[in-house]
Amino acid sequence: MSAIILFLTVLAVIAGWWLSQQRLTAKPWLEEGPAGDFPGGDAMTWPAAKVGLGVFLAVASALFVLFISAYSMRMSVVDWRPLPVPRLLWVNTGVLVLSSVALQWSYVAARRHDIESVTIGLLAGGASAVIFLAGQLLAWQRLGAAGYFVASNPANSFFYLLTAVHGLHLAGGLVALGRTSAKMWRGAGIADMRLSVELCAIYWHFLLLVWLVLLGLLTGWTDDFVDICRRLLS
Amino acid sequence: MVDIPYEGIEGIPPAEVPDVELYHPRSWWTRYVFSQDAKVIAIQYSLTASAIGLVALVLSWLMRLQLGFPGTFSFIDANQYLQFITMHGMIMVIYLLTALFLGGFGNYLIPLMVGARDMVFPYVNMLSYWVYLLAVLVLASTFFVPGGPTGAGWTLYPPQAILSGTPGQDWGIILMMSSLILFIIGFTMGGLNYVVTVLQARTRGMTLMRLPLTVWGIFTATVMALLAFPALFVASVMLLLDRLLGTSFFMPSLVEMGTLSKYGGGSPLLFQHLFWFFGHPEVYIVALPAFGIVSDLISTHARKNIFGYRMMVWAIVAIGALSFIVWAHHMYVSGMFPQFGYFFATTTLIIAIPTAIKVYNWVLTLWRGDIHLRVPMLFALGFIITFVNGGLTGLFLGNVVVDVPLSDTMFVVAHFHMVMGVAPIMVVLGAIYHWYPKVTGRMLNDALGKFHFWVTFLGAYLIFFPMHYLGLLGVPRRYFELGDAAFIPTSAHSLNAFISVVALTVGFSQMVFLFNLAWSLFKGEASGGNPWRATTLEWQTPETPPGHGNWGKELPIVYRWAYDYSVPGAAEDFIPQNQPPRATQLIQGAAS
Repeated sequence: MSAIILFLTVLAVIAGWWLSQQRLTAKPWLEEGPAGDFPGGDAMTWPAAKVGLGVFLAVASALFVLFISAYSMRMSVVDWRPLPVPRLLWVNTGVLVLSSVALQWSYVAARRHDIESVTIGLLAGGASAVIFLAGQLLAWQRLGAAGYFVASNPANSFFYLLTAVHGLHLAGGLVALGRTSAKMWRGAGIADMRLSVELCAIYWHFLLLVWLVLLGLLTGWTDDFVDICRRLLS
Repeated sequence: MVDIPYEGIEGIPPAEVPDVELYHPRSWWTRYVFSQDAKVIAIQYSLTASAIGLVALVLSWLMRLQLGFPGTFSFIDANQYLQFITMHGMIMVIYLLTALFLGGFGNYLIPLMVGARDMVFPYVNMLSYWVYLLAVLVLASTFFVPGGPTGAGWTLYPPQAILSGTPGQDWGIILMMSSLILFIIGFTMGGLNYVVTVLQARTRGMTLMRLPLTVWGIFTATVMALLAFPALFVASVMLLLDRLLGTSFFMPSLVEMGTLSKYGGGSPLLFQHLFWFFGHPEVYIVALPAFGIVSDLISTHARKNIFGYRMMVWAIVAIGALSFIVWAHHMYVSGMFPQFGYFFATTTLIIAIPTAIKVYNWVLTLWRGDIHLRVPMLFALGFIITFVNGGLTGLFLGNVVVDVPLSDTMFVVAHFHMVMGVAPIMVVLGAIYHWYPKVTGRMLNDALGKFHFWVTFLGAYLIFFPMHYLGLLGVPRRYFELGDAAFIPTSAHSLNAFISVVALTVGFSQMVFLFNLAWSLFKGEASGGNPWRATTLEWQTPETPPGHGNWGKELPIVYRWAYDYSVPGAAEDFIPQNQPPRATQLIQGAAS
């Protein structure tokens, strides 16, 4: 459980920093009058949807970190046999990086009011995300064909579970991306599009980051780190 | 009234909202059923939670019948008893209390108290309710599937939860997991709304330190729930896979019904860590909204500002943070590394400090207040007494050496029913009596309310106080019948029968409350907009019940904190949050 404690500590530091900007030491019973008379404490200047996405990313991170905590605790049991990670995963990783880059490009284009590049970026990002998901399914199929079934070893179970949870999050992102594209198709102005494209790009970068962490975990690169974390608590 | 220039400043909602930006219901269906209005969603949440809560109440009667009069009721067998325990616990903690405090009170009070027109993502808010309803229906369906609901206990510990021999092994456990997963998805949608609405949609002048404590409590509880429920989600998904696909996340190798099972190597302790990483914050997810609401009830009905507002806010935040590092005090007897116990006992006792601060502040708010013993106040006082009682036995159980012998006894049942059963329910009931006039425009009947309070409060004490004694005698919990154990005297059996009679009485007295709710809806005395003469924004709406968009044409502007009661020199004993300073001075001038 040290991973989740670490993660929550980071969140607590962020929350603490934010709270420290909110004049929590004010004496509200003495401060009568319009808020402008007292500095600080107003709403954030970000749009609500962006704050909403930020909160959601914190929740999704907590979910993945808890899976990782469970992973690190379970892998210390003797029956753990790491499975050979299919090479295809590296190709998939590359595709996901492309997807993220395409959406970032789309967002930059949206800031330049270049509607054509926005469209290309969204389509390329969406298409490569679909290819990534197809590639993940193919990797599952190959593992299955090689005899690595979901229940035959806990390492396999975690491999299928983590890739599935990540894939589902990406599929959810594709729904949002589809809605953004549909809005574009209906001819929404670039000003309306900018926020939607930005949120999609942020979400994609987040899922890329999660995927890289999961990949490190599944290929065993981070085993030493996990080991250190585990020893901290036991 | 207001001469302060009010332009759209970045990050602050403009006073007048263009008509197109508000969600408009176009038909009866979108107005009352698939509504995106937080007030309607709040009522939907509350009604659904109360309905499934009544099922859990009936289950507790059945359990009490069996415990009080073992062998008398042939329609209750040992398996059913376990199923009753499981469903009673799960429904009460998650589907009733969590949904009611956050989905019900959160949805109704947050937009009104912070001066917003609605939640920031109304469509997601609507989805949240429908996913919650689906979760409740899936849960309720387990009563009708072959094998019935799961009897694994509300903690659903593997390995027994998914092995044969535990009732509901076929369908019950699968549907229970599915229902929990749905609940968490639905809650996350709602939770995002509550948090972002508090962060982004506060009206002009509503700084964080001017928020009523109700909003602070619900806000902090929501943040905790958003971070804690994923742990239950992870545990549920993995246990579901163990059950359905035969993976061994939690399942050790064992012999099931004489044959070696397909499982091997899994760690039941891992499930307990995940479950309680959710389970302990869950206690405070229920308690913090209760703390917040009770602060507002006490301040309003004692006509006095809340004592130590800043301390109250800090304590809420501190409790929220601390509650994430105490989870293993539920696992002293699990066989985990023993020295863990000392760490978790220490953090557990530390959390008593901010909690005690809150209790002292409530008492000091009452001190020399102008106390009106109206029904919401009675329930608030009942809460303080019950909560202190339950909290003190928590100090017993937080210590490893005391917990180990008491862990499997009725003492624990008494403790957690006092602290997170009766105490939050007292607040729920008090809050309903308090805000019912705002929701319906009518007062609840006072005489029926007082009857309801005294039966519930005294009854709850008569039920749970003697249970501590049973626990100290060593009477075990979760047992279908006690048999002829030598260490259990006859008096314990009579006490059990007594508790059962009281429990049924208290249970039936809730029907008086339900009657009151229904009767007052049509026949109750008209309340007016602000019957309690309260300061917070929800009582200052132009219409009662608040209309669509809450505030008419212009959003309110906040000039003061939420607790200006009995301000010296003021004409009235309360000053609403949206009353400008100059108006106060004028009244003062007129009075002098």
